[in-house]
Amino acid sequence: MRAIISTLARIAGGLGHRFIDIVRYAGGVSILMVQTLFWIPIPPLRTRQTIEQMSKIGVDSFPIVSMISMFTGMVLALQSAYQLQRFAAEMYIASLVAFSMTRELAPVLTALIVAGRVGASITAELGTMKVTEQIDALETLATNPVKYLVVPRFLALVIMVPILTLYADLIGIMGGYLIGVYKLGISHAMYMKNTWDPLKYKDIWTGLIKSVVFAVIVCIVACYEGMTTEGGAEGVGRSTTASVVTSFILIIASDCFLTALFYFIGR
Amino acid sequence: MPKMIEIKNVTKSFNGHRVLDGVNLTINTGETTVIIGRSGCGKSVLLKHIIGLLRPDSGHILIDGKDITAMDEKALSALRMKFGMLFQGAALFDSLNVLENVAFSMIEHTNATSNEIEKRVKECLSLVGLRDIEDKKPAELSGGMRKRVGLARAIALRPQIILYDEPTTGVDPIMGDSINDLIVELHNKLKVTSIAVTHDMTSAYKIGDRMAMLYNGKIIASGTPEEIKHTKDPIVRQFITGASKGPITEGIDFEHLI
Repeated sequence: MRAIISTLARIAGGLGHRFIDIVRYAGGVSILMVQTLFWIPIPPLRTRQTIEQMSKIGVDSFPIVSMISMFTGMVLALQSAYQLQRFAAEMYIASLVAFSMTRELAPVLTALIVAGRVGASITAELGTMKVTEQIDALETLATNPVKYLVVPRFLALVIMVPILTLYADLIGIMGGYLIGVYKLGISHAMYMKNTWDPLKYKDIWTGLIKSVVFAVIVCIVACYEGMTTEGGAEGVGRSTTASVVTSFILIIASDCFLTALFYFIGR
Repeated sequence: MPKMIEIKNVTKSFNGHRVLDGVNLTINTGETTVIIGRSGCGKSVLLKHIIGLLRPDSGHILIDGKDITAMDEKALSALRMKFGMLFQGAALFDSLNVLENVAFSMIEHTNATSNEIEKRVKECLSLVGLRDIEDKKPAELSGGMRKRVGLARAIALRPQIILYDEPTTGVDPIMGDSINDLIVELHNKLKVTSIAVTHDMTSAYKIGDRMAMLYNGKIIASGTPEEIKHTKDPIVRQFITGASKGPITEGIDFEHLI
């Protein structure tokens, strides 16, 4: 009996700890978010650092975003062809690819690529700065670390991720076009018409709103994990993993939430 | 003597473990005070309290008569311009070269032209015995050089107080001694108040005008190096002589290590 009670107590204690950890994490992330927004308009604006980050985050991500959205567009066309051919409805392949890319796949895939590629490197960089006391050094030099480190990365991500997403929209549609026109024999004019006619502005901008939200998630999670890193090289590894995993989960979860939201307000 | 820094009853706990347990210490203007103590006893934590990187759970820290525990971020930031700090691993910014590192606070907080900045950087580097390394990245420097650059960065804005976190740790004894010389020299040239934390007694005797020992979260002894050398306190005696047997290690058996 006593053994059972002590086991139950241990489980309850563990759950309680978990819960406190989650609350602390949410609190820390929210505080960092507020601080970031607070510091954005305060001069100096650090345009140079922001542009540097934009190039590192955005421009360098174009090749991998191209490859992944191209393949995704092609796969989408092939998979839908498999289904639609049975109803002789191949002409809908074009609009299916266009909708899926702009509303869902381009924003989510781009965000996941950025979380893996950029989020991880932000956490590793800031985490190393934390464990080697460089962040403390910034403060002793009377420079706010949020202003100096987080704000340029935040602006760069919030500007570049939507641009990457738009680009992924186009490349994905192009991938679908290649399969549709050259493999499935749909005419060029037909494919283009079926891509652009049904596509509404709303499809594009809901995708872009998603991408902005994802950019904020990647930036704040990566910076928070980096700035709270402890325990040397091992700690940097741990927080980098945590940063990518947490970003992935939050991206997918918020995607679900936003899709539902747009679905209901769109009616 | 005027007091530059007063630490009053400061306590600090991390995860329920009390690291500082009512620290009281006064540091006079223009003196070099060395805080000694075992590794992990909270010396660096105390140092980080003095510059406001950490806030105490209770107690007060007065810098030049102003209580920094009650200051907001902005006032603290202004006050930090009076400080220079040399970190244990120098904490140079990896992404910037030596020039940008040393000039960091000048670029951030003054309207100095690039000529003025270059001149001041040269001057600070020569004060720490370095030259012609402005274009190097921190990763290309040796440990001793990194500490010197870190020191050059700390003195770039002519601080009134310099804090040293284990200045001789991680460098060879000869480089360690040259860093000690440098600290004494800077102290004489710049007329600053300095605080160093260390467990290196050679360094402590060489640079310190006064010494204080931190043990179990409290300052258990303070005085001139002579007074500390001839202390009757068994704990302080054990530490400064570096004996493995004594009151500090009572109950700890080192036999199994042999």
